[in-house]
Amino acid sequence: MLKINNITMRFGGVVAVNNFTAEINKNEIIGLIGPNGAGKTTVFNMVTGVYKPTEGDIIFSPSEGESHSVVDLRPDQIAKIGICRTFQNIRLFKQLSVMDNVFIGNHLRLKSSLLSSVFRLPNYAKEEKEIYEKSKYLLEKVGLYEERNEKAHSLPYGKQRRLEIARALATDPTLLLLDEPAAGMNPQETQELMEFIKKIKDEFNLTIFLIEHHMEVVMGICDRIYVLDHGAHIADGSPKDIQNNPKVIEAYLGVD
Amino acid sequence: MEKKNLTKYLLSMILAIIVIVVLNFVLDNYKIRILNLCFIYIVLGLSLNLIYGFTGLFSLGHAGFMAIGAYTVAILTMTQETKQMTYYMEPMVPFLESLNTPFIVAVLAGGLMAALFGFLIGAPVLKLTDDYLAIATLGFSEIIRIVIINMQSITNGALGLKGIPQKTNKAIVDFMNDAFGLGLRPSINLLWAGVTAVITIAFIYLLIESSYGKAFKAIREDEIAARSMGINLFKHKVLSFTIGSFFAGVGGGLLAVSLGTIDPTLFKFSLTWNIILIVVLGGMGNIKGSIVSACIVTIAMEALRFLDEPLNLGFMVTEAMPGLRMVVFSIILMAAVIYKKDDSSIKSTLEKVRGRYAKN
Amino acid sequence: MSIQEFLQHLANGTSLGSLYALLAIGYTLVYGILRLINFAHGEIFMLGAYIAYYGLTLTSLPWFVVFVLASVFTGIIGVTLERLAYKPLRNSPKITNLISAIGASFLFQNLAIMLFSGRPKAFPSPDVLTGVIYIGGVSVNIISLIIPVVTVVLLIILNTVIKKTKTGMAMRALSKDYEAASLMGIDINLVISFTFFIGSFLAAVGGIMWGIKYPQLIPIMGVMPGLKCFIAAVIGGIGNITGAVLGGFILGLGEIMLIAFLPTLTGYRDAFAFVLLIIILLIKPTGLLGEKTAEKV
Repeated sequence: MLKINNITMRFGGVVAVNNFTAEINKNEIIGLIGPNGAGKTTVFNMVTGVYKPTEGDIIFSPSEGESHSVVDLRPDQIAKIGICRTFQNIRLFKQLSVMDNVFIGNHLRLKSSLLSSVFRLPNYAKEEKEIYEKSKYLLEKVGLYEERNEKAHSLPYGKQRRLEIARALATDPTLLLLDEPAAGMNPQETQELMEFIKKIKDEFNLTIFLIEHHMEVVMGICDRIYVLDHGAHIADGSPKDIQNNPKVIEAYLGVD
Repeated sequence: MEKKNLTKYLLSMILAIIVIVVLNFVLDNYKIRILNLCFIYIVLGLSLNLIYGFTGLFSLGHAGFMAIGAYTVAILTMTQETKQMTYYMEPMVPFLESLNTPFIVAVLAGGLMAALFGFLIGAPVLKLTDDYLAIATLGFSEIIRIVIINMQSITNGALGLKGIPQKTNKAIVDFMNDAFGLGLRPSINLLWAGVTAVITIAFIYLLIESSYGKAFKAIREDEIAARSMGINLFKHKVLSFTIGSFFAGVGGGLLAVSLGTIDPTLFKFSLTWNIILIVVLGGMGNIKGSIVSACIVTIAMEALRFLDEPLNLGFMVTEAMPGLRMVVFSIILMAAVIYKKDDSSIKSTLEKVRGRYAKN
Repeated sequence: MSIQEFLQHLANGTSLGSLYALLAIGYTLVYGILRLINFAHGEIFMLGAYIAYYGLTLTSLPWFVVFVLASVFTGIIGVTLERLAYKPLRNSPKITNLISAIGASFLFQNLAIMLFSGRPKAFPSPDVLTGVIYIGGVSVNIISLIIPVVTVVLLIILNTVIKKTKTGMAMRALSKDYEAASLMGIDINLVISFTFFIGSFLAAVGGIMWGIKYPQLIPIMGVMPGLKCFIAAVIGGIGNITGAVLGGFILGLGEIMLIAFLPTLTGYRDAFAFVLLIIILLIKPTGLLGEKTAEKV
């Protein structure tokens, strides 16, 4: 479904990601791990179009017979073809309500024109109703419907992370990228999150690519794992393989 | 939005228009003139609030779009004789000289012209952000002004335009005086600016509550997140900027009519500054705030006029100090900006106010 | 166009470019450190000229003493401006600062109208500086020759200050990495005040020389030069001093040469800078000598 072919990202003289290759199949949960500064988020940024790789290609095939080269697309075009993400440092629309945050996630699928939206013509009214229903459903799914009128920034940290996932789901992705979804969560919240990720994967027929530092998350839910260190790919395989891989242990020694 | 709300808003619009009609007959000419200006500044304040307050695009080019609207309306409504008299340095292009349209067509044309320029200018500059965008839009606004100064056969250059026909309610007043024997005096017809303001408020409100408006706000809040959620930044920024320019043009056109005279110096940067103040004082992205502050700024500008004249302090009479009014005005406004500090504190004050109107 | 005429335009363009450069440095220094367009910088330039005017007409001090004192005094005004209008907003969004700066600019303009009156004042230039000399059949105002010389001397001094003194090095550190530098124990307030002093001092020197070259003072005399010099700083690459000087010269020479070679465009003289600005922003937003910074996600 997603093929990352030998991508390299250089910033001036710094090589953030060096010749990274990965393949993700439909309905897999794939982990991307590595010490701080290994280039994990840079990989996400290339997949979502924030950065254009200096070298290499990324091919996304959401369904059979449909295939896009991601590197030449803008972030919004990439979201449209079905790749959506969350951010490591949470980027909600802070001053807007919880409901509006999820509502906005639907905007890219809106068919009505600006004028029919302003004048609330029947086609827009119908779409808006559907969007509200879908947003309500998603908010209930992440347990935030009660807080729908709160400002996003007033939510506690863990709920902000869940809201970010709900917002991403609103864009109808087929590939969901989660950048450290368990960051700052306590063990119990982490446990709940793992259940939640599995649940949404099945319900929304998702493929998930996630960066995580919490090893129990990565080992607990990932089908396969890629390990990055200093921008280079050092290992990949099942959680078991990775746990016993001496290279990985070495990369992490003294770090975590 | 629910049906019930829609009816409520429609009713309040109609009510507002009735109030305007009544005020038009009750108030004296001076107050009517100021009220008329208030309406115009509401339109202008909201047009910039859409661009800056809701979409987060800090544009310093508003006066340029107002100028385009003002000149379009003036050229389309002035009579051929007035034009011949006004363009004495260099005759007007014959086609434009004989061109004359009904007022409402002229105002719409003014808005559309401004929107066209907003689109043409927005397309290249909206790739820039923050202060770069500010300075580029300011640059375009100055270029528009300089072009107006130099296109003498169309705009009459630095001499400006005089004799732009005012919209009065003379016909109605005469009719009522004849029919009922009333002693009413004709004045400016408040309905033009009043109804425009009401329509603008409704339009901006509906726009902001729509999916597009929410997308605008998302861009203001976080561009990176917005585009990752599939919002085409460029398209939405251009949309917002073009719509804002449209209303700036309409407001500029109404301003031209209410003043009767325009020239390029009117559309200097200080005019943009006045509109920015309305938006900043009223609160970024706050429609009610913009309406209130448009009225306060307009009235304050008039009310502080006494400062430029000799002051009687009781024990002494000062000399006239032209400029004092603007000094006082600038100090009040700077104090407001510094006191309010960052957006969040402006917003938190607004939230308190808005909390009362919170809708589900 | 004869060669004499061309040389005359060249001399005019060079001196205008030097004035722009002096003013542009102030923008670039402040922007480099605070990421703020000091919109009131053009008004500082105007105040410098007015203060020198009053120094010359109200005191009997020798003109060069007046000029130095006026420049120092204007420098202090610049420092005060920062303390009152920008310091309280240091952690606020960029645009809030910009709004405060625009407010300060209008405040100074209107204060000047109130205190100095809106009517133009003739600058009482010292006789030694107002003569005309002939070099090979080309008549040149003495001031047009002095301006570039003064500018170059000031640039050399500035360069030494920034490269050699402790405060100068702290300035460079702050503009490279504000947060890291502030953690290294640099007295930020002192460095910022120093920056505003230097910028305003140079603007005042520019304003005084402007007053001698175009001897008419009005309260809004700083508006256009102010905008243009910010543009000069952007063209050169904002934050970069060499870039500001380069931008100043491009703008000054370009403006004079434009109307020299295409007299029909005289009315569009002021538009030149804005058109150039927009072209630069669209082609190379970082300016000619600016560095690109990657956006952080």
